[in-house]
Amino acid sequence: MSNNNFEIKVGLAEMLKGGVIMDVTNVDQAKIAEDSGACAVMALERIPSDIRKDGGIARMSDPEMILGIQNAVSIPVMAKCRIGHFAEAQVLETLEVDFIDESEVLTPADEHNHVWKHDFKIPFVCGCRNLGEALRRIAEGAAMIRTKGEAGSGNIVEAVRHMRTVMTDIKRVIRLDKEEIVAEAKNIGAPVSLVQQVAKIGKLPVPNFAAGGIATPADASLMMQLGAETVFVGSGIFKSDDPAARAKAVVEATTHYQNSDIVAKASKGLKKAMKGLDMSEIAEEDRLQERGW
Amino acid sequence: MVIKIGVLELQGGYALHHKLLKKIGLSSLSVKSSNDLKQSDGLIIPGGESTTLSLLMKKYNLRESIIQFAKHNPVLGTCAGLILMSKDVDDARVEPLGLFDLSVSRNAYGSQIHSSKKRIYFQHKQTEQIELYSTFIRAPKIKYFGENIKIVAKRKNFPVAIFTKHLLGLSFHPEIDGIEIFHKMMFDKTSKFYYEN
Repeated sequence: MSNNNFEIKVGLAEMLKGGVIMDVTNVDQAKIAEDSGACAVMALERIPSDIRKDGGIARMSDPEMILGIQNAVSIPVMAKCRIGHFAEAQVLETLEVDFIDESEVLTPADEHNHVWKHDFKIPFVCGCRNLGEALRRIAEGAAMIRTKGEAGSGNIVEAVRHMRTVMTDIKRVIRLDKEEIVAEAKNIGAPVSLVQQVAKIGKLPVPNFAAGGIATPADASLMMQLGAETVFVGSGIFKSDDPAARAKAVVEATTHYQNSDIVAKASKGLKKAMKGLDMSEIAEEDRLQERGW
Repeated sequence: MVIKIGVLELQGGYALHHKLLKKIGLSSLSVKSSNDLKQSDGLIIPGGESTTLSLLMKKYNLRESIIQFAKHNPVLGTCAGLILMSKDVDDARVEPLGLFDLSVSRNAYGSQIHSSKKRIYFQHKQTEQIELYSTFIRAPKIKYFGENIKIVAKRKNFPVAIFTKHLLGLSFHPEIDGIEIFHKMMFDKTSKFYYEN
């Protein structure tokens, strides 16, 4: 049997459900993440809010840094490649990372095409803002979908917009007659077969996670209640004043997202959250979510 | 009375277990606290990250409740679930529950790139051997098992499913492949696969 099997890739995404995946930039942060109950870490050189501040070209991280983190923790380690940069993805595959994020947080390498992810044995996660974008990425081989949100903003509003949009799009598809599904597929730019599948099962064919702007335990609970199956926290933890306490609190609020007493308790006494940006402070051309096609 | 199977839902692959239980006609509930466990007639400890699950079990005081529960009720563990049910793990970050006289090695096959579907053989009673393909994801290996433990399924000559009393541990994920035998073995009294002691 081939190892290159879509079900196995989706299988790992299934195992990450109900957990928190944290962005980390060094071994110490990776250990804090693991000790606080993260179910995976994303190894990257600069967290999104710093990429935003520093400007310049954001690329795949140094393999040495990724290997250091792989050696330090036992939970899955993910890493990012630029959109369309399949050579970076090949390098990450050689490193045997557990998941590759073809991410809008890095500067895109191709302004028309994404990586053909079926060619890889490592599963991919990709961002989306609506159902059409999610299904295009799944058609290319993504085994997990996440909302784009607005990375590094500390502002939940875009992740909410994207999750709501995906869910509303799914509800609409469920109500369509079979004839109408073809027109819908054309409108949203997605393969008919995948739109049919969504109509049949009533959800995305792969796990659907939330990312981009999560900064507090209540943010995590909100995204889970809106239908996310796991949350990614990027800048929100290590840009706050007490990362270890905040990391634990976000994990707690994700597991018990429906129990507001527990979310309240987890929210108590945390030092300052990251400052965050209002969307009006981010010029249209600086919005990371606009990257991806 | 309707039988309800609890699925430990701290983190991990719980969703597919709920789906499989429903498919074989059993009710399930989410277990996030000791109170949830009190309403369960059986328990599934799903796959996921064993370090994360170990940490969260401790945090939510579920360790002792699960140990007590497992004395008299059926428990099925898959992958990380098997690791947590064991007595000894080759990683200090995981504190297993010690339900089984068993040592396991975590991520024994390596990272995700080495995950795959593998052929295994399930031994039903003395006479029938059933060939299955199931999914191994960052899977553990069973290094040692005690005398009272029965091997239920093998891959090549290695045990991948082990059973004792009313406890079953699997190093793979039948819920991903929609394989019903193991869930029926533990929880479906009407099934020919239901365990007998």
